[in-house]
Amino acid sequence: MPKVGSIMAVTLTINGERRSFDASPDMPLLWLLRDVARLTGTKFGCAAGLCGACSVLVDGVRVFGCQTPASAAVGKAITTIEGLTTQPLGKALIAAWNEVDVVQCGYCQPGQIVAAAALIADNPQPDDAAIDAGMSGNICRCGTYPRIRAAIRRAAELHAGDRA
Amino acid sequence: MTTATRRDVLIGSGIVTGALVVPVALGAGRSRAAGAPALAGNAWLGVDAAGQVTLALPKTEMGQGILTTITMIAAEELAVRPDQVKVSIPDGDAARFAPLSQETGGSTSVREVWQPLRQAGARARAALVAAAARQWGVADAQCDAQGGAVVHLPSGKTLPYAALVASAAAAPLPSDAPVRPASAYKVIGRFQRRLDGDAKARGTAEFGIDVVVPGMKFATLAVCPIFGGTLAGVDEAAARAVSGVTGVIRGKDVVYILADNTWAARQGLAAARPQWTAPPALAGAQHAPIIAAVAAALDQPGFVATTSGDLDAARKGAAHRFSATYTQPFLAHATMEPGNCVAHVHDGQCEIWTGSQVPSDARKAAAKRLDLALDKVTLHNRLMGGGFGRRLESDLVERCVDLARHVPFPVKLIWSREEDMAHDWYRPAYADRIDIALGADGTIAAWEHKIAGSSIIARLMGSAFKGVDDDVVEGAITPLYAAAARKVTFQQVESLVPTSWWRGVGPLRSAFVMESAVDEVAHLIGADPIAFRLAHIADPRAQVVLKTVRALSDWAESPAPGVGRGVSVIHLWDTYMAAVAEVHVDKDRQITVKRVTVAVDCGQVISPSGVIAQIDSGVIFGTSAALYGEITIADGRVEQSNFHDYRVLRINEAPRIHTTVIDNHEQPGGMGEPPNAVIFPALANAVFAATGKRVRALPLQKGLLTA
Repeated sequence: MPKVGSIMAVTLTINGERRSFDASPDMPLLWLLRDVARLTGTKFGCAAGLCGACSVLVDGVRVFGCQTPASAAVGKAITTIEGLTTQPLGKALIAAWNEVDVVQCGYCQPGQIVAAAALIADNPQPDDAAIDAGMSGNICRCGTYPRIRAAIRRAAELHAGDRA
Repeated sequence: MTTATRRDVLIGSGIVTGALVVPVALGAGRSRAAGAPALAGNAWLGVDAAGQVTLALPKTEMGQGILTTITMIAAEELAVRPDQVKVSIPDGDAARFAPLSQETGGSTSVREVWQPLRQAGARARAALVAAAARQWGVADAQCDAQGGAVVHLPSGKTLPYAALVASAAAAPLPSDAPVRPASAYKVIGRFQRRLDGDAKARGTAEFGIDVVVPGMKFATLAVCPIFGGTLAGVDEAAARAVSGVTGVIRGKDVVYILADNTWAARQGLAAARPQWTAPPALAGAQHAPIIAAVAAALDQPGFVATTSGDLDAARKGAAHRFSATYTQPFLAHATMEPGNCVAHVHDGQCEIWTGSQVPSDARKAAAKRLDLALDKVTLHNRLMGGGFGRRLESDLVERCVDLARHVPFPVKLIWSREEDMAHDWYRPAYADRIDIALGADGTIAAWEHKIAGSSIIARLMGSAFKGVDDDVVEGAITPLYAAAARKVTFQQVESLVPTSWWRGVGPLRSAFVMESAVDEVAHLIGADPIAFRLAHIADPRAQVVLKTVRALSDWAESPAPGVGRGVSVIHLWDTYMAAVAEVHVDKDRQITVKRVTVAVDCGQVISPSGVIAQIDSGVIFGTSAALYGEITIADGRVEQSNFHDYRVLRINEAPRIHTTVIDNHEQPGGMGEPPNAVIFPALANAVFAATGKRVRALPLQKGLLTA
């Protein structure tokens, strides 16, 4: 009996590195990253595009990994939390997250930080309204939202300083 | 902070020589049977041969920050920086931690740990000081521990712990040593960043769902959506036709799909289209009758939890009488990290990796399920992406070993969000009736409180249960408000919906009802809600938190149209907390929470950042549930499935929160539960202030729209 969903070589650029995987091109990036590429910083929360825990950047745009088939990312630059934190903006975000002491359970935080990176890249000095709008796709059940607001403002400052 | 290795555990058990190991006598004060010798080693604080301070307590991390807090306490006594302490989450091991259960929940951790951990730290410090004093030939009193070394104060000469450990370990451990006085604190009460924050932010921290074991396969499952129903059929061929699917395993009420990755497993499950069957009594169960039965149970006499005075006599001549019924719905935990577990059953043994609030119970449950001796089962506990009580149940581990016993390789089982929500252990639905009589002198003459709902304690106690659920009535039997006569009763009523602990537990239910009712009584007699509370509360610490939120919340100022402020105050889990919530209700009766002012007296603060984080957390978690949270049942199954129909607050909906911490050195209170309990009634009272409509049936948004 023929198998449903053919497995083929899928070549992706993840955090600047070209990697090939034997996978279904339909497989959402979330599962490809976690189970196949073994990059577990990208988290599973809802698999329905509702919580943002699986956020990654594709050509700098925040996407939900659970809603993005691997085939849609072929030929594009995928940045996960692991790659983001080696870049200046990612470093600023981690520094701010630590300074403000944002994290509680921490499960949603990589997705929050990826979303924050896209927000700051688009709007280098976001005010609270811009933060609320830009971050409303990410759920945190621990209620770290007040500190996320503060950390994004702080990361924007740090990142602006880096670039000055 | 790093994860302890096997060697650290050996140090902890005293097997490695040359290390100083001090037992932390957790549970000594609560133990009925065991004496001190039996407690030795149930948890430990150590200094290894290299001078490294190591700590392992039966407490685990789900976001509440306990690993940071206990590390701060140990660091204070041993005069090191918190980031120099190696703290680990122990494997599940009931024997080692007996008589204390290896359980994290109920806002108990700091309250249990505070005294014994400091005492252990003080004894370790005294042993190191004595070793240095012996070496120098000086009096112990001339020496003190500073910066991971012992200092001879008159001369300033130092010896690092590494140079003292062998000598300290060889000498008898000092039986007692004074703990550091609060005036000398260098760590406790000072800002300390969470020790696990950086790794979690970077995505490098390992949660249960991130565990990778060599040779591991992936799996997902579907359990019969009708509570109590069974699997009737599954299209196994269709599932196996999905690329990457390697197996279909059926159970009585469950089907598992094994695959090379989670995506293939999920695709396989969709293709398998499992069919279910259940008897009509289960398949026909509907929400309204289930809830009606809870409310109807209030008409039974109930089992008496506390009674004092003569209610009938006290009601005679009452100037005012108030009675109302409040209802609270089933709630899901909806932790960000869905259910998951990794297990490997092979060669008559089982190894488990998961995040559990009850690792030793979960290990026992797995052994029982597999019919293995307990020592053949190992459970490695991992960080949890939220707990809120969900991971106090062992069903995730049980389901995983049910699967793993069928295959020779390790398997990672992941619940979909939909499965997680359909098969939670829900916060019970409750009904409360409260009847308050004010005497002619304005004092509370009579206070009768009847409670009905599911009893988690009854399930856990079995035949030993005598009718009163001590969790449900907690808070209700210890009100802040004096009354001449009082009676509190409980009546158990069960349905097919499984119930368990949910952040805030019984006292949250009590707080919503009592603080709503007191607010109603204040309005009934035209009194200011804070002034009324202050007039009826004698406890000075409760008075202080109330006065603090009154001063800081613009309480005296008239709010804008559509805006209302509501107050509540609690003394639960040894913590005092008051909150003023400010809500806006628009013309479509949509509620927005604008800001929340909180004052807390939780005694000695250990981690100030942690205390404030817990308040943000409880306020937002509680606001989600108070406004929107409700699990409903149709045809024997849960109707909600994901975050689109089980609404939780997003950042754009989160209130501004202003917290004031009362500074004192009283015994530390719990912080995980209280803010969640205080916010429910504050919001209900604010909605009343904004609209004039009293919502007595949660959730508030639905209640207001139907009021």
